[in-house]
Amino acid sequence: MKKVYLGVDVGSVSTNIVVMDSNKNILDNLYIRTKGKPIEALKIGLRQTRNKLDKDTKVLGLGTTGSGRHLASTMLGADIVKNEITAHGVAALNTVPDVNTIIEIGGQDSKIILLRDGIVYDFAMNTVCAAGTGSFLDRQAERLGIPIQEFGNLALKSKSQVRIAGRCAVFAESDMIHKQQLGHNQEDIINGLCEAMARNYLNNLGKGKDIKPPVIFQGGVAANIGIKKAFERLLGHEIIVPRFAGVMGAIGSCLLAREEVRKTGKTKFLGLDIADSNFNVKSFECENCSNMCEVVKFYRDEKLAARWGDKCGRWSNVQIAKDDEKLA
Amino acid sequence: MKITFPHMGNTYIALKVVFEELGVEVIVPPKCNKNTLELGTLYSPELMCIPFKITVGNYLESIKKGADTMFMWGGRDVCRIGYYNTLQRDILENLGHDIKMLCVKPMKSIREIEHFLEKLNFVSGTKNYLKILKSFIQGLKTLCRIDEFDDLVIKIRAREINKGEVDRLYSNFKRDINNGKGYRRTMEIIGQYKKKLLNLEIDNNKEVLRVGIVGEIYTVLEPFINHYLIERLGNMGVEVHRSVTSSEFIREQLDFIPFIKSNKHDIHRASEPYLDTEIGGHARHTVGNTVIYSEKNFDGVIHLLPFTCMPEIVAQSILTVIEKEKDIPILKLVLDEMTGETGYLTRIEAFLDLLISRREKKSYEKSISWS
Repeated sequence: MKKVYLGVDVGSVSTNIVVMDSNKNILDNLYIRTKGKPIEALKIGLRQTRNKLDKDTKVLGLGTTGSGRHLASTMLGADIVKNEITAHGVAALNTVPDVNTIIEIGGQDSKIILLRDGIVYDFAMNTVCAAGTGSFLDRQAERLGIPIQEFGNLALKSKSQVRIAGRCAVFAESDMIHKQQLGHNQEDIINGLCEAMARNYLNNLGKGKDIKPPVIFQGGVAANIGIKKAFERLLGHEIIVPRFAGVMGAIGSCLLAREEVRKTGKTKFLGLDIADSNFNVKSFECENCSNMCEVVKFYRDEKLAARWGDKCGRWSNVQIAKDDEKLA
Repeated sequence: MKITFPHMGNTYIALKVVFEELGVEVIVPPKCNKNTLELGTLYSPELMCIPFKITVGNYLESIKKGADTMFMWGGRDVCRIGYYNTLQRDILENLGHDIKMLCVKPMKSIREIEHFLEKLNFVSGTKNYLKILKSFIQGLKTLCRIDEFDDLVIKIRAREINKGEVDRLYSNFKRDINNGKGYRRTMEIIGQYKKKLLNLEIDNNKEVLRVGIVGEIYTVLEPFINHYLIERLGNMGVEVHRSVTSSEFIREQLDFIPFIKSNKHDIHRASEPYLDTEIGGHARHTVGNTVIYSEKNFDGVIHLLPFTCMPEIVAQSILTVIEKEKDIPILKLVLDEMTGETGYLTRIEAFLDLLISRREKKSYEKSISWS
């Protein structure tokens, strides 16, 4: 019988699931697009994972992370729910134990995490602007008619420099169009865009931060070799892109779940067959006070499983099981 | 005359007391909510800070409830807020509301206090200055008692054994305060709830993280704007200390009177190596209090500021240096009209993880150096 841990990262753009054995070996990883429907994406992901695993596999624990971590935890029953910054830190430390800097660029946010002596020591996240994140690259690739997978390799073919303004996604796009109309090569423009993204990242998140090697580059955008090279040029040292760069958040939550289950001795995971359950969400506006919170009611197989979204806790803190008894 | 004022955390309780004692009809605006925000952003200049917008929303909601006189802070030397009352009066008048705007200025001398009392005289219509002075002092006392009470709530929330008890008690407290009238009743309620609070079961040996909150006063005090940060941190088992409160704000102005004491001079001393003059807002306090927190061995500091707040932006860039020199982690949160909380929660959770691992490392290093 195989014993595994599952890590789930529900992000804005992608939902990732990782299967890890007790010796921290990654057995399987899955990367699917969330497409704004996290519940659906998770169900599809979990079914695919189940189909790939042997029948007698036992799931010892599950951890969730990403912006949809609480939703995922309610759906699946997680042993640990951790924010993506900590999860990324844990995963990077497991890959390169003496890592000092993590560059993480995901679908809708980018982060810098500084570590010293094996602990997270400082971090920053992009604030109000989406320039320099995966979604922006996605959009530009689509506009140019190039599959995002080839974006990086095309950048490497560039022979001359074209400067693109990277501070704002809107300005960057008009700058790109302008450079196209001037007749510049597509490769050069793509390379310019990669440089703009890296420059913007370092000016924005890296400002005032001591970026020491070893530097790890992870998150979905790390698959883009053009940006990796741009970072190497700007920072002047080598950048490590781990083998599972795109699913590091999920790996981190796997590792955290493993630790947690070792402490508690049992898992809260509801089982792989939960993928066949029906999940429903209803919401209403609470009229108890002027806050008018939008409260979400979450149903698993027509049974109320959780409520959240209120500020005062009158809905979310109430024990659901007790409620059910009362109704019965 | 029906008087109203904008919200800023629990400050309304003291204002309510002052006007009730003067016998004026008071209209407390509904607690800040989505509708307040929507109204405020609709009628405010786009690049204004969020306190301005929420305040406009408060007025409009109060006008709907019948208010005709607005009470607002102003004057020079604070920040842009000095002229907010004028601009807000124009906005409300352009919307066709026939209102009166009463502006109070900082009270740093006897003369300025006199000005304030004259305004209260106008509001109440009484010539009895003794009564006016009395209600003014009662207001100040209420302000101090409320802040003391809130500090106690913060301490107990972090250590409560039965989760949610403090929050339930607090929401009952708010309900009773809103139903009560006048100084004596308000003080009674505070006293009652203080007793109840002290009777709650707490874990005195619990190791809690200690986090100081610095920044612009409105974002620190108004829970709707800071996403209920202080309650949330408390429920995560963190003991929070607010460096700016409305009672301290008033005390700092009145401390030329012999028996009133404030922390102003300590704060100025602490901020001196980095910023030795007033640049408006609470910038000097932000810098000074961060230094004080590091001296008091707090685990970390959270800096709150509204988007486009100039004084706090200056303070923010100074904090980067303090963070290194004093070796204290600082989380900066810029607040605006975003009501999606996930981003803030992620940052806060990660920050607490960071503080915990730093603390563990420190105690590990200590144990090594002992052996």
